[in-house]
Amino acid sequence: MPEQIIHTHELPNGLTVVIEPMSDVQSAAFCFLIPGGSAFDPANYGGTAAVLTDWITRGAGDLDSRDLSNALDNLGVQRNESTGLNHLAFTAATLGENVPAALSLYADIIRRPQLPDEEFEGAIAGIEQSLRAIEDEPQRKLMIELRRRCYDAPWGLPTEGTLEEIARITAKSVRAHYDRCLRPNGAILGIAGCVEIQEMLALVREKFGDWTTKPDSSMVTGPRGERVGHIDHDSTQTHIGIAYDAIEYAHPDYYKAWAAVGVLSGGMSARLFTEVRERRGLCYSVNASLNSLKHEGRVLCYAGTTVERAQETLDVTLHELQRLGDGIESHELERCKARAKSSLIMQQESTTSRATSIARDWHFLKRVQTLDDIRRDIDELTVSGVLDYVHQHPARDFTVLTIGPNALKVP
Amino acid sequence: MKFHQSKLANGLTVIAELNPAVHSVALGFFVRTGSRDETAAVSGVSHFLEHMVFKGSEKYSADDVNRIFDEVGAKYNAATAEEGTLFYGAVLPEYLPQAFELFANILRPALRQEDFDMEKNVILEEIGMYDDQPSFTAYENLMQTHFAGHPLGQSVLGTKESITALTCEQMRGYHRDRYLAGNVTLAVAGNTDWAQILTLAEQHCANWPAGTCGRATHEAKPAGGLKVITRPKSQQEHIMQMTPAPSAQNRLRFAAEILSVIVGDHSGSRLFWELVDPGLAEAADLDFNEYDGSGSYLTYLSSEPEAIADNLARIQAIFAEVNQHGIREDELEQAKNKVASRVVLRSERPTGRLSSLGGNWIYREEYRSVDDDLAELRGITSRDVRELLDIYPLGATTTVAVGPMESLE
Repeated sequence: MPEQIIHTHELPNGLTVVIEPMSDVQSAAFCFLIPGGSAFDPANYGGTAAVLTDWITRGAGDLDSRDLSNALDNLGVQRNESTGLNHLAFTAATLGENVPAALSLYADIIRRPQLPDEEFEGAIAGIEQSLRAIEDEPQRKLMIELRRRCYDAPWGLPTEGTLEEIARITAKSVRAHYDRCLRPNGAILGIAGCVEIQEMLALVREKFGDWTTKPDSSMVTGPRGERVGHIDHDSTQTHIGIAYDAIEYAHPDYYKAWAAVGVLSGGMSARLFTEVRERRGLCYSVNASLNSLKHEGRVLCYAGTTVERAQETLDVTLHELQRLGDGIESHELERCKARAKSSLIMQQESTTSRATSIARDWHFLKRVQTLDDIRRDIDELTVSGVLDYVHQHPARDFTVLTIGPNALKVP
Repeated sequence: MKFHQSKLANGLTVIAELNPAVHSVALGFFVRTGSRDETAAVSGVSHFLEHMVFKGSEKYSADDVNRIFDEVGAKYNAATAEEGTLFYGAVLPEYLPQAFELFANILRPALRQEDFDMEKNVILEEIGMYDDQPSFTAYENLMQTHFAGHPLGQSVLGTKESITALTCEQMRGYHRDRYLAGNVTLAVAGNTDWAQILTLAEQHCANWPAGTCGRATHEAKPAGGLKVITRPKSQQEHIMQMTPAPSAQNRLRFAAEILSVIVGDHSGSRLFWELVDPGLAEAADLDFNEYDGSGSYLTYLSSEPEAIADNLARIQAIFAEVNQHGIREDELEQAKNKVASRVVLRSERPTGRLSSLGGNWIYREEYRSVDDDLAELRGITSRDVRELLDIYPLGATTTVAVGPMESLE
């Protein structure tokens, strides 16, 4: 594996920049995580951070919304803005030579947004449209509602809020969120690709060095939803969601948890695909994945199937989850390892994946794992170690949610 | 990056673009067969067959196939469309021989009756899954309506009825007729060497039956029409429209591609500023789709039903303005900058190069490097776009609506 250089630097105001120069690429990408995600939405104002994520790009510094968008397009920036639980996330990828100019524009977006009144309605309407669209797509709706039932508030709440909440949000309340939450302390900027470390550091200092810190924001906690439930929908398929407790990314046993889910759903030879789809033909789509917050984690499963086969699909899926503790074959674990190693190496071909990974690592771990570090952790996995983990964190106390024409019998 | 090409004695085309600077290698078998090549009696067979390939051969069982791909850490999949079936995977260079052998072997599938019967359920579930995605329903119905009477109007998935009626024997016949060496292009992109590719191809594909298949590629002359699919409980209305555009063989396709970015890219385009930015629509975009001998502009609009009439009028006004006055130089320059960056970013992964490599070959038997693509892009002028619009103006020949509305009047 090629040698990786990862440079980390924390500015006095608490902004951490992580830089990974990559050879043999012309592009570079950055991922900027700014404190102020949806977990900090005021009570009953869910969606505040999501509205801000949209509104914040509608004019910044001296540029109005359209000029700003044109400037980014002319730099060839492929961009994405999203609302996370902890952060607003801004990712951008373009040719390495255009990164300094792009980052300067993002300094304006993050520190000098215009948040103009005349653009507020557009931002709100965009979120409303998106929420309505989710109502028509049962699979998406299911996973959003499943989170609400397996995590306490605010961690399980939908990042875009609800239509009721969006209707309450005002320009004033969103500006207040910006003033209260967005700050350099806790912000993380991951940069990867065709860039030079010292040049990037100088630029980040110039653009963000005088950004002043703010106190930590508070959040409103609350209970989660009902553990078992059904939502009526006149869909063709019944969509099944299952969740159970796992561990977080920073946990010392994380890779064991990852391997346990890998045995269930890591590839097409994994158990869920084999037993539910290949042997029984019950569905087209069935999968499980590990979902991590900073201090807790869950396994989230999905299966979509026609009404007549829904009960069998639920029963077979639950059975597979539960029988993992009975034993794991060594070749099952070996296949997980092979897939992981190959993914790690292929990550080196994408500046966007590297920028995102190093920023995420810093958020969860306060350090960045090299690909060699991860490879070592994966190599060290053993069947007995993974089984120990499964016995300590068995699949039980399931949260089960279904969407479709009929409710199912949940054991 | 270096390009190579060859042809085996049985007619299998082998092409490769090698790049020692990347970490992996991608390979793809592009079979020139899709829903447009099916008869009504076997509607959906190309896609169903794509699934059955992974059920194994005489040598490998379905479990073997899934197991070996995972053992070599392959990122692999397959896709079926109107005009082609693609089997592809990316692996680390040391695993290329195993992945290659497996792909080549299963492309002569056993098509066992019991596997066929089981997989039929999965196909029916896939049809059900797409049925719950309104934009997919709109697309499927739009293709059928717009290309009615032309082979491009034939459904990729087939219907519940056609899949239920399909027999394993029919599928075996289809495979025998269409999976001929001369109808397949093997493309490889990434970090490996040409000698190894040729050796693997000779070793594992030389025994494939020779032969080619024809295809009628006359340009579609859509009559147009309107189809409204009412789903009373839905929240949003999804509209898709199509109108003719240049084919995959027409040099105006480059202008059509850039025009679709200027008019209908997901951000920063004319449709974006008019409809999405102010929140009038959830989505409003324009794509350009090229096919063998035909092409289409595809417009997609999703919004609240109450706003549909107004939104459609706005789209038509934009199209009329563009058809009449063409595009501005600053828009063209900006679109070129966007697309150039996309081309470079996509080219940094072997799988990104693979689709371009295979696509250029199966439609035009040509190789285009990243530099060729960038030079072509830089050379597009507003005069080219004018010429395009004079022959292929933007419009709404065919419309399909899915959502609560009962009519679009």
